[in-house]
Amino acid sequence: MVKVLKTGLYSTIQDLGRHGYQEYGVPYSGAMDIYSASMANVLLGNDANSATIEITMTGPTLEFNCETSICISGADLSPRLNESQIRLNKPISVKSGDIVSFGKLVSGFRSYLSVLGGFKTEKVMNSYSMYPGITKYAMLFKNMTLIIDTSLDGLDKNHAGIKVKNTHFTNKTMDVFKGPEFDKLSKKQQDLLFSQPFTISKDNNRMAYQLTESLENNLEPIITSSVLPGTIQLTPSGKLIILMRDCQTTGGYPRVLQLKESSINSLAQKITGDSIRFDLK
Amino acid sequence: MTYKLTYKPFGERSVLIEWPAVIDEHTLSDIIIFKEKIKNNDIKGVIELRSAYNSLLVVYDIVFKSLENSIDTLKQLYIQRSDDVKFTQKQWKIPVCYDATFAIDLEQMSLEKDLSKTSIITLHSKTVYTVYFIGFLPGFMYLGGLNEKLHMSRKATPRLKIEKGAVAIGGKQTGVYPSHSPGGWNIIGNSPIAFFNPNNNVPCFVNAGDKIIFKPISLKEYKDIKTLVDAGVYQLESEVLDG
Repeated sequence: MVKVLKTGLYSTIQDLGRHGYQEYGVPYSGAMDIYSASMANVLLGNDANSATIEITMTGPTLEFNCETSICISGADLSPRLNESQIRLNKPISVKSGDIVSFGKLVSGFRSYLSVLGGFKTEKVMNSYSMYPGITKYAMLFKNMTLIIDTSLDGLDKNHAGIKVKNTHFTNKTMDVFKGPEFDKLSKKQQDLLFSQPFTISKDNNRMAYQLTESLENNLEPIITSSVLPGTIQLTPSGKLIILMRDCQTTGGYPRVLQLKESSINSLAQKITGDSIRFDLK
Repeated sequence: MTYKLTYKPFGERSVLIEWPAVIDEHTLSDIIIFKEKIKNNDIKGVIELRSAYNSLLVVYDIVFKSLENSIDTLKQLYIQRSDDVKFTQKQWKIPVCYDATFAIDLEQMSLEKDLSKTSIITLHSKTVYTVYFIGFLPGFMYLGGLNEKLHMSRKATPRLKIEKGAVAIGGKQTGVYPSHSPGGWNIIGNSPIAFFNPNNNVPCFVNAGDKIIFKPISLKEYKDIKTLVDAGVYQLESEVLDG
């Protein structure tokens, strides 16, 4: 069992998402950065789809009431086990009474904490991913207890840990494909999408990232149709909105570009004010 | 009849199939028939099929270098005969209470439309609506068929919280909010029925292609039905339509 002493800014339980229910209007949800969440899991010997804690910008303080192993991947939020700094991407043994906490944000934006066997919170429609109206709780709260499987054997304690691709965090280029309405844009609009950098506005969350720069836009709305995480919509006011993991299943704005899966993961590590560019694949 | 469809790769593992940009029931049934054909043919790698007004999204479980082969398979399948494709359409009778307790925009609508509240309720509840698809919120039905006299633009300032079950009109559309939500539609009633239950194997009882009728009920009936719905024992009236 793990007790939440402090929640951090916005911490949720996420696995790789809720699949097969989109025809009922259910969002996928799941880890914003699937690459890092999977990394945290597989380094512990878990299935990549095991439930992790997704930590956003500031970390929680967690008290462990049992022996287990954890692994933290993704953003570097200066994690600590009791008073000692711990490394990212390395399995760490914890004992009953140990406290895991976080400090300053060094790089990235979202961190993933996995535990041996995954967190066993409420599972709804084959997924542990928290989402308001689907799971009872939409985020971690103070004094919440998280159930874990204590019957599992820990890993080889001397596991070396690995180096992750640094470009995952530093890369500013987002690989994109043409979206269904790309061809409706004028040549000038198309060129503008690829010739200038865009800035991530303060309106960024698990549902969508809005970009600061506007594009002149005279496209009509479309008849409501399916959208996906990574779909880039062009709104009537000319703003670009990049849909993320908690996005709705349908939308009525033209879908001009589609992010490659790996770029959705990279984008999830960007922060307000970061600059990105689009590269057509 | 067959339509001229377009097939577009959408990301690394989806194909978007589009019908001409029209909202009508012929298109809807053609989409549903194609969707059933894909399901029945058990195409390798297909994990999800999502229909909307004039589109069908086919999602695969693998990332493709090129989706061209998958598109060819789908194209072949579309032109195959479809006489034997069967799907069940149901008509659901949805109880709605139009009492002033819930119908917070009915008065304003009556003034603006120059229609009595009773006429609005009659017009709204005598139509057979078609469920085109579910989207926007879990369990939110996109319904077609709202009487033109009831078309009313969305509110200039959306409300921050609309009650679960609210029956509302937004532009040319009517619908039921399946959960609490912000929203700009005009609220004319409330249904005690749960349109989305995350704990059920199939979370929605309604499917694309089904029909809906709203049946006016009193406040007393609303409370009685609500009690049964909350206890999980309410039996909704429905009939199977001949496809």
